[in-house]
Amino acid sequence: MNLVEVEGLDVSFGGARVVKDVSLHVAAGECLALVGESGSGKSVTARALLGLNRSASVTARALRVGGRDARAYGEKQWRDVRGAEVGLVSQDALVALDPLRRVGDEVVEALRLHRPGEREAWPARVVEALAEAGVGEPARRARQYPHQLSGGLRQRALIAAALAARPALLIADEPTTALDVVVQRQILRLLAELTAGGRGLLLISHDLAVVASLAHRVAVMRDGEVVETGPTSRVLTRPSHPYTRMLVDAARGAHPAREPVVDPVPLVRVDAVGKSFGPHRVVDGVSLTIGAGETVGLVGESGSGKTTVARVVMGLTEPDQGAVTLRGEPWSGLPERARRARRRDVQLISQNPLAAFDPRYTVARIVGEALPRAGRAERVRELLASVGLAPDLAARRPHQLSGGQRQRVAIARALAPDPAVLVCDEPVSALDVSVQAQVLDLLADLQRRTGVALLFITHDLRVVEGISDRLLIMKDGVVVEQGATADVFREPRHPYTRELLAAVPRLDEVAAPV
Amino acid sequence: MTTLLVHRRPARGAASRLPAVVGGLAVALIAAVLLFPSWFATHSPETNDVLNAFAPPSADHLLGTDQLGRDVFSRLVHGARLSVTIGLVATVVGVVLGSALGLAAAAGGKWADVAVMRLTDVWLAFPEVLLALLVIALIGPGAANVAVAIGVAATPYYGRLVRGQALAVARSEYVEAARVLGIGPVRTALRHVLPNVGGPVVVLASLGTGSAVVAAAGLSLLGLGPLPPTPEWGAMLAEGQSYLSTAWWIAVFPGAAIVAVVLAVTALGRAVQSRSLR
Repeated sequence: MNLVEVEGLDVSFGGARVVKDVSLHVAAGECLALVGESGSGKSVTARALLGLNRSASVTARALRVGGRDARAYGEKQWRDVRGAEVGLVSQDALVALDPLRRVGDEVVEALRLHRPGEREAWPARVVEALAEAGVGEPARRARQYPHQLSGGLRQRALIAAALAARPALLIADEPTTALDVVVQRQILRLLAELTAGGRGLLLISHDLAVVASLAHRVAVMRDGEVVETGPTSRVLTRPSHPYTRMLVDAARGAHPAREPVVDPVPLVRVDAVGKSFGPHRVVDGVSLTIGAGETVGLVGESGSGKTTVARVVMGLTEPDQGAVTLRGEPWSGLPERARRARRRDVQLISQNPLAAFDPRYTVARIVGEALPRAGRAERVRELLASVGLAPDLAARRPHQLSGGQRQRVAIARALAPDPAVLVCDEPVSALDVSVQAQVLDLLADLQRRTGVALLFITHDLRVVEGISDRLLIMKDGVVVEQGATADVFREPRHPYTRELLAAVPRLDEVAAPV
Repeated sequence: MTTLLVHRRPARGAASRLPAVVGGLAVALIAAVLLFPSWFATHSPETNDVLNAFAPPSADHLLGTDQLGRDVFSRLVHGARLSVTIGLVATVVGVVLGSALGLAAAAGGKWADVAVMRLTDVWLAFPEVLLALLVIALIGPGAANVAVAIGVAATPYYGRLVRGQALAVARSEYVEAARVLGIGPVRTALRHVLPNVGGPVVVLASLGTGSAVVAAAGLSLLGLGPLPPTPEWGAMLAEGQSYLSTAWWIAVFPGAAIVAVVLAVTALGRAVQSRSLR
């Protein structure tokens, strides 16, 4: 039986039609993945199945939830559906959980609404739901607050809250996007177990590789329309729509082979650098060199100290041990005045460019800020063209741009002073996979043209595979493994590297259709 | 057609923009009255006509006459200049003093910060009018002194806002980005910090102008403002209150004018605020 079934769904906000004629259905024990980039309408579609688009006009030829026609449902009836028949797991567990409420109180919420008569049974059900979501020591965790849990545990607590009233269908909206790869793998395994146990799952993601191992069927959305749908194995091996083909390529991470730079001239040398914040040793004895024209990948999970290394290389954080040299001259331990003129040599691209732009500035002012007045407009046009941005974007402000466009502006600004080294701190982690591939290609292309060296920092091994010559793997402030990229991928020596590699989502693990 | 409606977006009218439009028009009218009172006034504001005292509102005297036979409407029009200007000057005084204090706290290191913040704590513990009275006791009454007194009383609000905003902007990633580009501290302060601190201050000032106008009227009601026979709304209110039972128009219209100005300025301030939050 289909747990949810929708035909010809249309959603518009004001005059804008954001979901066009979408039809889909999810059966018990089945996982349907809804894949598409941000703005493709996938979340709006999912919210329509919960009656959550109150500010939109929603029409459908058929909308059946739990076998009943839901088109005429009012707010009261939708409340009976939410949590009881359809559970929603949202993306960001840190935002979705109330920081002032214990985890158990969050989970009990659905029971309060849907099982008001069984008050005595609530505590046992809360512990049971947490256990179903794979939370160890569920009775103790139920008494803790969200800030006492790790990111993975918080996501599990959200899943437990969605499971509490035993809904037959779960909707998970990008449930692993905010998590490290290792944790992501664990959550995906949990969702697979829940599906095997007979629940229906509607999984929403921008990343085909993430859903490949889990979904029985895939629906690919673009611009509000489902452009392709079918069994996962068929869609991955024989995609028929060009957009699906592009997504599959992006997920496979097909890269041209890199020609390694032979004996590069060392530009930045980091020598046994250590840094503590309070009693916490964040970076301990890290050494690395960055040579002209090469790309060094620095990989580690959040909290491994990789961003602190980046800030030390940038000269923004003073190490309390060791030293950094730039072009053979001291770079760390200098007064700001002595560093200022040489700062042009080392530029930064950060994860969140929106925060790194003055909100009042236009694109042209952002890119041109460090350029000499003479010939500035001309140079800004060149820089924008070199990162693939149309000249008419120059008059826009950062908040009027898409995520990919913003990162291109950040790259153009970083290139403006003609730097020798570009430090990229998670430059693509906030972007959809399809956009990720474009930005990575751009960086590789700019490197070929300008010979700029890259220090590429990421938590995602997939991302560095095609772009870096050498790799350093960091854990708990220490470099645990380093070597040529191909060697590390072929023969990882450290157990942590092996764990990271095993957790990378791959397209070859495809779930069998039910 | 098989398509059935699930639900439709609730209609949203132009109602949300109405206060901004009305407030803007009203402020424009006030500005015109302020700059060109003689275009609006029907009589001279200071000409006594004792034979015609306590005349109720009529075609000749739109809002009636007061105890000396002066035209209330014309006195209101000419009084706008003093009453509103005192409010504006007071706000400027508050913004300037507050910004200086806030920037000193933000830029001056830990001790300067602690000192300034504790000072404003004490400052804020006193009601604004009481503090303004204290300042007047020190520097004496008069229109200019009333403006200074109200400005001083409002200073800690602006000081706290500027300090918090300056600290947030100084630690922002875009200020760090300027540092990475090799841009010096003075240029960074002028190009990035000051303009981004200024926005919220303008919002608070546009809201604060209304309460400054009220405070100014309050002080001259107590007889601490401009001396008679100068037309001023607070003073007119004070003179009119003894005749409230026999000639209500002498006190009620100045009061209504104060309310109208405050509403208009505050509506405009709210509009500026919601725009800047967008």
